[in-house]
Amino acid sequence: MAGAASLHARATIVQPRAIAEPKLVRWTLIGTTLAFLSLFLFVPLAAVFYEALRKGLSAYLHSFTDPAALAAIKLTLLAAGIAVPVNLVFGLAASWAIAKFQFRGKHLLITLIDLPFAVSPVVSGMIYVLLYGANGYLGPWLIAHNVQIIFALPGIVLATVFVTFPFVAREVIPLMQSQGTQEEQAAMTLGASGWQTFWRVTLPGVKWAMLYGVILSNARAMGEFGAVSVVSGHIRGKTNTMPLHVEILYNEYNFVAAFAVASLLALLALATLGLKTLVEWRSAVALAQAEANPVVQEKAS
Amino acid sequence: MARFKRHHALPGFGLTMGFTLCYLSLIVLIPLSTLLLRSAGLGWSGLWQTATSPRVLAAYKLTFGASVIAAGINGLFGFIVAWTLVRYRFPGKRFVDAMVDLPFALPTAVSGIALTAVYSANGWIGRHLDAIGIKAAFSPLGVTIALTFIGLPFVVRTLQPALEDLDMEVEEAASSLGANRIQTLQRVILPSVMPALLTGFTLAFARAIGEYGSVVFISGNMPMKTEIVPLLIVSKLEQYDYAGAAALGLSMLMISFVILLAINGIQWWSQRHRAGA
Amino acid sequence: MSIEVQHISKTFGSFVALDDVNLTVPTGQLVALLGPSGSGKTTLLRVIAGLEQATPAPGIDSGIRFHDEDVSHTPVRHRKVGFVFQHYALFRHMNVFENGAFGLRVARPRSRKLQIQERVHQLLALIQLEGLAHRYPSQLSGGQRQRVALARALAVQPKVLLLDEPFGALDAQVRQELRRWLRRLHDQLHVTSVFVTHDQDEALEVADRVVVMNRGRVEQVGTPDEVFHHPATEFVMHFLGQVNQFHGRVEEGRVRFGNLELPFPQYAHNQDGAARVFIRPHDVTIDTKTNGLPSIQATIERIHSAGAVVRLEMRTDAGQLLFAEISQERFATMHLTYGGTVFVRPRHIRVFTDDYDNCTRSAPLSI
Repeated sequence: MAGAASLHARATIVQPRAIAEPKLVRWTLIGTTLAFLSLFLFVPLAAVFYEALRKGLSAYLHSFTDPAALAAIKLTLLAAGIAVPVNLVFGLAASWAIAKFQFRGKHLLITLIDLPFAVSPVVSGMIYVLLYGANGYLGPWLIAHNVQIIFALPGIVLATVFVTFPFVAREVIPLMQSQGTQEEQAAMTLGASGWQTFWRVTLPGVKWAMLYGVILSNARAMGEFGAVSVVSGHIRGKTNTMPLHVEILYNEYNFVAAFAVASLLALLALATLGLKTLVEWRSAVALAQAEANPVVQEKAS
Repeated sequence: MARFKRHHALPGFGLTMGFTLCYLSLIVLIPLSTLLLRSAGLGWSGLWQTATSPRVLAAYKLTFGASVIAAGINGLFGFIVAWTLVRYRFPGKRFVDAMVDLPFALPTAVSGIALTAVYSANGWIGRHLDAIGIKAAFSPLGVTIALTFIGLPFVVRTLQPALEDLDMEVEEAASSLGANRIQTLQRVILPSVMPALLTGFTLAFARAIGEYGSVVFISGNMPMKTEIVPLLIVSKLEQYDYAGAAALGLSMLMISFVILLAINGIQWWSQRHRAGA
Repeated sequence: MSIEVQHISKTFGSFVALDDVNLTVPTGQLVALLGPSGSGKTTLLRVIAGLEQATPAPGIDSGIRFHDEDVSHTPVRHRKVGFVFQHYALFRHMNVFENGAFGLRVARPRSRKLQIQERVHQLLALIQLEGLAHRYPSQLSGGQRQRVALARALAVQPKVLLLDEPFGALDAQVRQELRRWLRRLHDQLHVTSVFVTHDQDEALEVADRVVVMNRGRVEQVGTPDEVFHHPATEFVMHFLGQVNQFHGRVEEGRVRFGNLELPFPQYAHNQDGAARVFIRPHDVTIDTKTNGLPSIQATIERIHSAGAVVRLEMRTDAGQLLFAEISQERFATMHLTYGGTVFVRPRHIRVFTDDYDNCTRSAPLSI
């Protein structure tokens, strides 16, 4: 349920003097904010880099020469590289169907698309074990045909696809809905085909929301732990993603190596936040541009 | 006349709708339905036994207790954070604002080991807590800390737009009628942002219940003491007790549904409330 | 390129938007579809464009023809219509030039850059927006956006030009200007054009022919003069300009309404019955004294003298409100006052009666 992240530009409101708090109150509140965030955000984040570099830079860099670590990085990139594009295609297809057409059950469909956010990561992984695992419903058939899904790459990809399922769709659907169908109709009267209309008219209009969804789903795809942990089998060098590799190293008390890999993931998180802020800013600019065409309810007259 | 289907001049409905439904079924609906099928194999008595075994009850107690407390802490401090970010200017504000989303972006395993490092007995903060006799990591308090971390953005990010939308003239009116800031907060501001606060609280709570990665490192995973429900599911799976794991998973899914309904209810109620105002 | 609409119906659920509409738009004309909202005019325009499909009517030879070619089953993108949307529907992420070039680019993705540039700049010159080629829609005024939308539609050299409430979203002064501009442009290009409007002044001023629509049906087709001076139905009478309506009777070749009784030879052989009598406000003469001619006595309730003509609101003895327009010169000689009694003499009336089979007949009468 990652419902709180959404494309939304923020502004500071200037409080009129009459209802402004006294300086002391103001700075107490700001201090509380900073203290609270430090306790829960900044100090733990700093600890990742501190622990990683504890034994010096060479020990830190040495951690990445471990073939298992490299394999984990590769697997993580591969899983995200499959899951994110697949969900991007799905998100765009679902948005087109939902935003540009009227049909019964639209709200139910939107709720079902959001469903994976409401499922615990562990459960997200478990359902694939129940379906494809050795004792799962399709297990015997898969074994007979020598196909391995659980404790192998397909299972990891499936779990990753599940946990990142709604990200693109939930960013793009509301925006596409708010943009209506006027521009698409105009493109059709000008002789554009369906594909041309989508590529040249619809997609440029939602590109920032789409990118936002991709950034968020990529972060989740690379960082997912619970769901992937259930389906992976933790085979070192084979089915360990970076977060799983962090866990193994940590449980072996190899803290420097664990935090070194973790620091890469933390850098990914920081890059995600940076990109996210950039996209929020760019989309605010695009939104100002979009005010050219007020979307008006069409009427039959 | 907007309710009529008027867009059939656009192509691609069959293709995109067909793909959407197939993909949704294959990835989400069919796999999720296995939860139901597996738990049904247990029968009512089996389900009841699984759900009421002492270890499971203890795990539920810890999961719900820590989640409520964490969501409560986030409700209080999240309000202060959101208020500060919306109303005040201070150096580094943009950075702080962007960092609020860190728990979304940071992989949960990383959060888990980082929080453990900071709050264990020899960690930067845990050391000081230990000195006054508080054991943070490997205790229910550690679970609560992890769940607070994970739920933080939900409250702040749902409150921020609500606080931005607050009509400041109403506050000015309150102050012109002789209310001081505390009274204005109590009687004017809090009631209007209450739906957002409740939604944020509920979202944080929902996320906390299912959380796994950030908790397993800091909790210590002692059965009956610091074992959360998702961890119990994993250990049942590792013992090939699929039916038991499915039953627990199903119960968590049900709880998520109830929470989703609650959030919809809050939003419906607040819209009605607003329409009447 | 002429447009022929034959027996077209369109329903949305139980709502009948178009009810067996027939219409011919001759080549090169500028035609207005005029009617109140909900009259089906926009739906008709969208059906002609191919943005809506007509509801099939089995057994009836229905269809849309562009110059004898049946296009009923041609998808919108192959119909070669230029469509100008009410709210412009400019592509907001493209600048003015790119908007204009869109149709050319999608038609021939490999066409030469120079050709496109030349064509678009030619069009921008036509709409007098050459200097704004690199502006985005959000940086343009409403009137400028309207012209860009028109240029974009013309770029693909459409067979017919269809405009949906082209001036609806503009303020009054810009409207006036663009109206005349559109007329001049049409005289220059001679593309068969249909535009939708609910503004009668706009339709009467700009169009070669006016199609008055009501409840999904065509009430009357004619030149602006014809529909204004010879309305075929009561609806057209009401819709085009203000009108005073009386309930009366036709008996033995005479028409009676108010306290008037006039000879009415057109209805001499008609069955006696109820009649509706219409008088335009400018078709009356006002006198302060009765001079023996048939007239209606009324009391002045309001005088609006700030305008090209003076408008009077009066009430008859029977309690009916009556509107009249007189020239400023005449008003200056008359010394009219509130509450004063006047005699209203109709110079020209129009009478509608119901026939045996409930058909409406109408006839004018000049007095």
